[in-house]
Amino acid sequence: MQDAAAMTAAAGSSGHRATRGEGRWRFVWRNVFPFLVVGALWEIVARAGVFPRRLFPTLEDIAASLVSLTVSGILPHHALETVIRLLTGFGIATIVGVTIGIAMGRSRRAEDIILPLVSIGAPIPGLAYAPLFLLWFGLGNFSAVLLVGFVAAFPIIFNSWTGVKAVKEIWVRSAQAMGADNRRLFRHVILPGALPYVLTGLRLGLAQAWRVLVAVEMLAAVPWGLGWMIFGAREFLNTDVMMAGIAVIAIIGLTLEKLVFQKLENFTVVRWGMMVA
Amino acid sequence: MTKSRERWRSIIRAAVTLAAAAALYETLARSGTFPAVLLPTLPKIARALLESFADGTMPLHVLYTMYRVLFGLSLAMIVGLPLGILMARRPAVEHFFLPLVSALMPIPSFALVPLFMLWFGIGNTTTVLIVFYAATFPLLFNTWSGVRSVNPLWLRAAGAMGADERRLFWNVIIPGASPFIITGLRQAFLRAWIAVVGAEMIAASDWGLGWVIFDAKEFLNADLMLASLAVIGAIGFVFERLVFGTLERVTVLRWGMMRAAKG
Repeated sequence: MQDAAAMTAAAGSSGHRATRGEGRWRFVWRNVFPFLVVGALWEIVARAGVFPRRLFPTLEDIAASLVSLTVSGILPHHALETVIRLLTGFGIATIVGVTIGIAMGRSRRAEDIILPLVSIGAPIPGLAYAPLFLLWFGLGNFSAVLLVGFVAAFPIIFNSWTGVKAVKEIWVRSAQAMGADNRRLFRHVILPGALPYVLTGLRLGLAQAWRVLVAVEMLAAVPWGLGWMIFGAREFLNTDVMMAGIAVIAIIGLTLEKLVFQKLENFTVVRWGMMVA
Repeated sequence: MTKSRERWRSIIRAAVTLAAAAALYETLARSGTFPAVLLPTLPKIARALLESFADGTMPLHVLYTMYRVLFGLSLAMIVGLPLGILMARRPAVEHFFLPLVSALMPIPSFALVPLFMLWFGIGNTTTVLIVFYAATFPLLFNTWSGVRSVNPLWLRAAGAMGADERRLFWNVIIPGASPFIITGLRQAFLRAWIAVVGAEMIAASDWGLGWVIFDAKEFLNADLMLASLAVIGAIGFVFERLVFGTLERVTVLRWGMMRAAKG
């Protein structure tokens, strides 16, 4: 929940400030300008030869390796594997997390039983479990996906639980007074009421999954994946490949946040009037 | 009366759950379905924990990890707080830094670990910088939105009562933004805590809680792994509840900026 303010702030900030009269170009320029400055600084440092060029490649080198890796199909393959892993793990986390969270919100007994377990597991950083998972489930894909799902489940559980609890008592009672049975109550009152929280939880879960996945790919010796690509490139001092990988990671992260979740939010909660866009 | 009874029932149920989970784990460990090295019994884990504390290695690991987290976190505060405030108060600064920050934020700190290892080698510098990177953004963002969300009415009221820029800043803006800033600190610590464990695993030095876990894996010391996991969880919990909880109580709650009961 705490991240929500920061996230909406991040989402709204770049858009609304461009007043209409200034026009679109001014807005684009304003967003591009800082990158030009940083890029120019980078280029100057890289060309000045303060650091060895292998360790501090010029933008030209980075772009060249980005293009050649993309054309040869290596980079897309790495990216695809990473995204599939992310979505599989996140899908598991969503199903398990939302179910547990809603059960905890609806039943006092489930809450009492599950909450202690969840509160003990949550403060341990997900990555700390990684070696344990590797020992138990072996190196490779299975451990990686499982760990991603495990880590992403916590914020989803917490937020679904809070969401169900935050449904206004008055809505529930008035629906009951109007003769809604349990199923209709759940579908038409509790689910929509809890949805803003659930979505926040999914968002946080995906962000966590994303962070952990990159690290797990480095540790779990998976054959393909962006994290592995960066880690492997280190062995050969291929800093340009590493930078290209980092750039792709940034793009995927940004896309997930901006395109997937903002759309989803507009489509559901905002449309139902549960939240202001 | 009924309230307290209900609370007691919750506590008892929680205790029963934990006992049941422990018993389940213990039977599973003793049944021999899995190799004992991989699934050590609880007494074994406890012994590993005690031994590592007794021979002084665990406190040293904790010390190293804490040093890295706190150093990185302080750097993040030195950079994140002023920059966040500046971004909120000066549009020019905001226009310049906001696109950069939005582009850097979705890069997980771990993605930078291999790069930093090349640049700065293995050890303290890399881990501290990773912590710094991970902690700066939540702090920066929360400070920025906190200062922006200070009620403009307060600013005008203070201005009308003759407050100068400095007093306005210290007596209105900082207290007004403090709930956000403390939330930011909290998030920054959580992020930093995750980052330090990961960075220690990958950019292994000789000390640190993340390193212990990863190193123990090589020797199949699952008991030591679980023991360090418990230590990591305990420290995270203590910081989250005690340190930040107290911080919140003595500042924001006392100033009446926030209600005690949250969600």
